[in-house]
Amino acid sequence: MSSSSTAPANPLYFVPAQSHWPIITAIGLFLLMFGGGHLINHPDGLLKWSGLLGFLVIIWIFFGWFGAVVKESLSGLYSPQMDRSFRWGMRWFIFSEVMFFAAFFGALFYIRQLSIPWLGGDGAHQMTQILLWPDFVAHWPLINPPDEQAFAGPKAVIDPWHLPLVNTVLLLTSSITLTLAHHALKKGHRAQLASWLAITIGLGVLFLVIQAEEYIEAYTLLDLTLNSGVYGSTFFILTGFHGLHVTLGGIILLVMLIRIIKGHFTMQHHFGFEAAAWYWHFVDVVWLGLFLFVYVL
Amino acid sequence: MALLTLLLLGANNVAHSAWQLNMPEGVTQISASVYELHMIIFWICVVIGCVVFGVMFWSIFHHRKSKGAKPASFHESTTVELIWTIVPVLILIGMAVPATATLRQMYDTTASDVDIQVTGYQWKWRYRYLNENIDFFSTLTTPTEQIHNQADKSEHYLLEVDNPLVLPVGKKIRFLTTSNDVIHSWWVPDFAVKKDAIPGFINEAWTRIDTPGTYRGQCAELCGKDHGFMPIVVVALADTDYQTWVTEQQQAALSKQAAAERTWTLAELMQQGEQVYNTACAACHQANGMGIPGAFPALKGSLIATQDQAAHLDIVLFGKSGTAMAAYGTQFDAVDLASVITYERNAWGNDTGDIVTPQEIKQRLQAGQ
Amino acid sequence: MSHSSAQASAHSEHEHGQPAKGLTRWLYTTNHKDIGTLYLWFSFAMFLTGGCMALVIRSELFQPGLQLVQPEFFNQMTTLHGLIMVFGAVMPAFVGLANWMIPLMVGAPDMALPRMNNLSFWILPFAFAMLLSTLLMEGGGPNFGWTFYAPLSTTYAPPSVTFFIFSVHMMGISSIMGAINVVATTLNMRAPGMTMMKMPLFVWTWLITAFLLIAVMPVLAGVITMMLMDIHFGTSFFNAGGGGDPVLFQHLFWFFGHPEVYIMILPAFGIISHIVPTFSRKRLFGYASMVYATASIAFLSFIVWAHHMFTVGLPLAGELFFMYSTMLIAVPTGVKVFNWISTMFRGSLSFETPMLFAIGFIVLFTIGGFSGLMLAIAPADFQYHDTYFVVAHFHYVLVPGAIFSIIAGAYYWLPKWTGHMVDERLGRWHFWLSIIGVNLTFFPMHFLGLAGMPRRIPDYALQFADFNMIASIGGFLFGFSQLLFLYIVIKCIRSTDQAPDKPWEGAEGLEWQVPSPAPYHTFSTPPKVD
Ligand code: HEA
Ligand code: HEA
Ligand code: HEC
Ligand code: CUA
Ligand SMILES: [Cu+2]
Repeated sequence: MSSSSTAPANPLYFVPAQSHWPIITAIGLFLLMFGGGHLINHPDGLLKWSGLLGFLVIIWIFFGWFGAVVKESLSGLYSPQMDRSFRWGMRWFIFSEVMFFAAFFGALFYIRQLSIPWLGGDGAHQMTQILLWPDFVAHWPLINPPDEQAFAGPKAVIDPWHLPLVNTVLLLTSSITLTLAHHALKKGHRAQLASWLAITIGLGVLFLVIQAEEYIEAYTLLDLTLNSGVYGSTFFILTGFHGLHVTLGGIILLVMLIRIIKGHFTMQHHFGFEAAAWYWHFVDVVWLGLFLFVYVL
Repeated sequence: MALLTLLLLGANNVAHSAWQLNMPEGVTQISASVYELHMIIFWICVVIGCVVFGVMFWSIFHHRKSKGAKPASFHESTTVELIWTIVPVLILIGMAVPATATLRQMYDTTASDVDIQVTGYQWKWRYRYLNENIDFFSTLTTPTEQIHNQADKSEHYLLEVDNPLVLPVGKKIRFLTTSNDVIHSWWVPDFAVKKDAIPGFINEAWTRIDTPGTYRGQCAELCGKDHGFMPIVVVALADTDYQTWVTEQQQAALSKQAAAERTWTLAELMQQGEQVYNTACAACHQANGMGIPGAFPALKGSLIATQDQAAHLDIVLFGKSGTAMAAYGTQFDAVDLASVITYERNAWGNDTGDIVTPQEIKQRLQAGQ
Repeated sequence: MSHSSAQASAHSEHEHGQPAKGLTRWLYTTNHKDIGTLYLWFSFAMFLTGGCMALVIRSELFQPGLQLVQPEFFNQMTTLHGLIMVFGAVMPAFVGLANWMIPLMVGAPDMALPRMNNLSFWILPFAFAMLLSTLLMEGGGPNFGWTFYAPLSTTYAPPSVTFFIFSVHMMGISSIMGAINVVATTLNMRAPGMTMMKMPLFVWTWLITAFLLIAVMPVLAGVITMMLMDIHFGTSFFNAGGGGDPVLFQHLFWFFGHPEVYIMILPAFGIISHIVPTFSRKRLFGYASMVYATASIAFLSFIVWAHHMFTVGLPLAGELFFMYSTMLIAVPTGVKVFNWISTMFRGSLSFETPMLFAIGFIVLFTIGGFSGLMLAIAPADFQYHDTYFVVAHFHYVLVPGAIFSIIAGAYYWLPKWTGHMVDERLGRWHFWLSIIGVNLTFFPMHFLGLAGMPRRIPDYALQFADFNMIASIGGFLFGFSQLLFLYIVIKCIRSTDQAPDKPWEGAEGLEWQVPSPAPYHTFSTPPKVD
């Protein structure tokens, strides 16, 4: 069963033939989730391995399905209309990602602006403090959570002007180098393109290394952990998901690099590259929000 | 059709006047204004409904093809569309004004005469009179036989408790609701008070009851298995009667303290313990001590309940955080705690013969976790 | 609209592109009609599943006392009933209709991203299989209501909550992909000449629905992820002890949840806006205002969420803000109702089955809207909240609302899908049984709620007995009437009663310009719209 189509039915629009990839993806996703659930709930059982299987299936799909799409694209099956569909698809996907982060930012703002002050007796909540948390003093960053027995607070929080600042510079630079790569692509300078892209990826990797270092410091030196109250919770969920997106974006860029080395993309048609760039810029913008609201303010 | 149904049901209502169809007007000034609001909005909706459905049914009867109706060709009219945008806005403003006034009143919890901390527990209520030093639990008393249809249901089936909340009439009473575990919601329709009990936060609400009487409500937020079985009963007394009740309660508390000092026999503890167990523990661990597999462990034959007595004390007094097992050390007095632990160590064939004394409980509590 | 070019393109399709044979046709398909069909059947199966759970609930509530099920299991039924009806029945049904109809209505050969379309569907059976399997796990399935408020759904949840979370993640992925497909299709694949303001209303309402989906499903994904972290990784988002707040959960949930209820009604508005003009033989009144009203509802839906939380102890200012904004939604919704009625006014009406269901929709949805407005009045909501009055409200907007619109749409388009006419006599039976059943079930719930019966309880005080009995009888009547629907659909598929290309005299739109049944591929060459 091949997923690439025979000759397009009409010149304007390409309707792909039947494909086995979607259902395999669905199965892969199911195995991943099912295995993940078992890994968490029954770590001693055997079913957790289905998660690994699902993971492998999904890797396979990346090669198989996306490979097929690349082939279709290279063989000129896609019309400008198709290209627009992809663009709309990618834009709205990024918008959905924005909303995903919005949920976590919303949680952060709510906790900082409302729940912590309330626990400290603010507004109509004097009695909350008097009756329930008499020793609690509202303060952000939250060093002393209300129930210190259950959630021992961190010793200190991360200094924004060291590693985070470096990381900010790294990511901002990477956005610039990526734009330079794009310009090179549009001008047809392929060697420049490859090197700028490689630098971008390098900066991304460096970012992740530094973030890993930051996490290690948080756990070992600062006692800033997932367990250390809501400061740790918001810190790790925001930076963690961001880091995951950097990883994903880095992989996508790497794929783009490989494709470029293989000679894919033309000066006019390189939506794959553009989509990857959009994604990278989005991840970058999220980081600016993080730097501001998680570290600095 | 819906109107027909409405009419049909309306006809039914006359026949069974015992049914309550509408919101109670209640016994407070707030509940009366809420009732009024409810009726105003209701009638506005009825009128709009009559107009809208009236036009519609008129078209249905007169503009049918089978009667030879020819379609007109109009399909927009800015004037009409503006009118039916603006008129509803005005109607809504008309509703919002009294609603805002009532809401502001409901939110004014200042200058209260009696402060009561209402704490939700799975599945009972605890009332602490902050100024009177009174503190007790209020639990459903409907016998399980009635619930399982093995006995006739009593008049106040599911709406009866062992210790009702007692309040004075004519005084401004402030409720400080919170919870010990999940979210509950304290609701008495006759006061138009419904406030969620959120663990870790205090919410405020207030009432001023006009007439003495018994008022019943229920927990109004899904709180687990026995959410349907944690009613609220309030007895409103004239002020003098209320004062008498307060004095009685305070004396009873004193004599309970004394009871903790004397020596208890195994039989006494078992008897007392069974009672405590059935009201406080059986909801989860079941009356036969078998628990519910996967959710609540069995105590019959369990390691903790048959061997490790220290661990037994610990889990009952301090609970286990992150599970439904609450810390009972703050909920019961030493006698109840000693007796329920003794009971668990000797009931259902656990037969350890151990006696846990109130003094031991006190020592353990003093030592802290 | 140019009739002949559409015909030509449709006929040229007969030469190639027939469906594959056997099971792989369905497993591997990229065809929007096949995928639409899959969605619709799946949703009907879920409707019966969720319906059976409703019948368990109604049976237990037939009389006071515990007879059939234990409270733990009752809570699982309530939870799964809500989840399955919302995520398994209503949403996939609308996606199915979108798949079938949007390409036909905008003159596109298929959805914009056909393979992703197939993936969106096939995720669902797995997600729901996983959700249902939690019932068999130790400690039982999710028992914390479809709104799964923390900490009942975190610290106090059964272990199966992990799988619940993952299955909701899967549903979310599926919905987002489905929605992206709809957006890309409507923005990019319209036939030449079909400007935005010429788009059929079903397409418009779905476009806006898709926007809502893309905006709020990720928030749901975020909040369940926080739950997972709180349960298994020691965080304290919803735990005051660590500085979090259980109410934060509710804000996040309802930021998703309120738009979600409009996700379940906007496409319904679209369907009704097609059926009413068709059977009134008169153009839809106020097309433009319909579009603006839909957009306003969507906008407002983002700023009203806390009307589900009037009793959680919001500050007074918040309470007032959410009360006012919620009340405002009545205005654009009213515009819609008035437009439908003006369309009928001085039309030439006939009452085939789709029209019957559409009229049922207008009346009963409006009643549900009225009770919604009453709930919006914050001080009154202190009395209504978490009672059967709320249950009555949302079943009125969901069952004779969303479900009726889906049924009406099915009757309306079945001739196009199958090429056969529906048995009108049976259709009328279905309608009258449904409407009696639905009112018998849900009307008494208003009284129950006002009289003080809380929701989500397996047993109740004696004064609620009579109305509960009526509601239970109605529930069974309504439920079993839907088996008649199944029979009618099967009969229609098997029938030999050939439907014309345009089976309804007053119908308009591109979908009626292709043959009945619609060929496997349509509009390979785009029609011209003018
Ligand atoms: C399809 C789904 C749907 C729809 C369309 C609606 C529509 C509305 N809903 Fe509803 N709602 C739900 C599904 C829906 N709801 C669900 C599922 C819940 C419960 C969730 C849970 O807790 O489990 C709920 C709960 C709910 C609550 C919370 C109740 C509580 O828990 O205490 C509130 C409160 O404001 C509310 C309000 C409204 C309003 C104002 C509308 C408005 O959109 C209605 C507008 C329509 C009209 C008003 C009628 C037509 C208008 C006219 C004819 C014009 C003239 C009218 C006037 C000027 C009065 N809804
Ligand atoms: C679109 C959504 C939708 C739909 C269609 C329905 C449909 C129905 N609902 Fe549901 N309901 C909800 C959404 C919906 N509900 C939600 C969101 C909740 C809140 C959950 C919560 O509190 O968390 C709820 C809660 C809810 C309750 C309150 C439970 C409680 O608070 O404890 C009740 C009680 O009567 C109820 C009843 C019904 C009934 C009788 C139907 C009927 O319309 C159902 C009709 C029945 C059938 C369709 C069955 C058909 C099947 C057969 C006849 C058998 C055939 C068998 C085979 C072929 C195998 N629902
Ligand atoms: C709301 C439900 C609930 C109630 C009420 C409850 N328990 Fe428990 N109990 C639990 C749960 C859940 C556990 C298991 C905790 C764990 O995970 O270890 C438990 C564990 C225990 C254990 C340890 C059992 C073992 O062998 O591990 C004892 C002893 C116990 N409870 C005694 C009591 C007593 C005494 C009461 C009443 C005063 C009581 N419980 C009321 C839920 C409850
Ligand atoms: Cu407590 Cu419901
Ligand atoms: Cu809402």
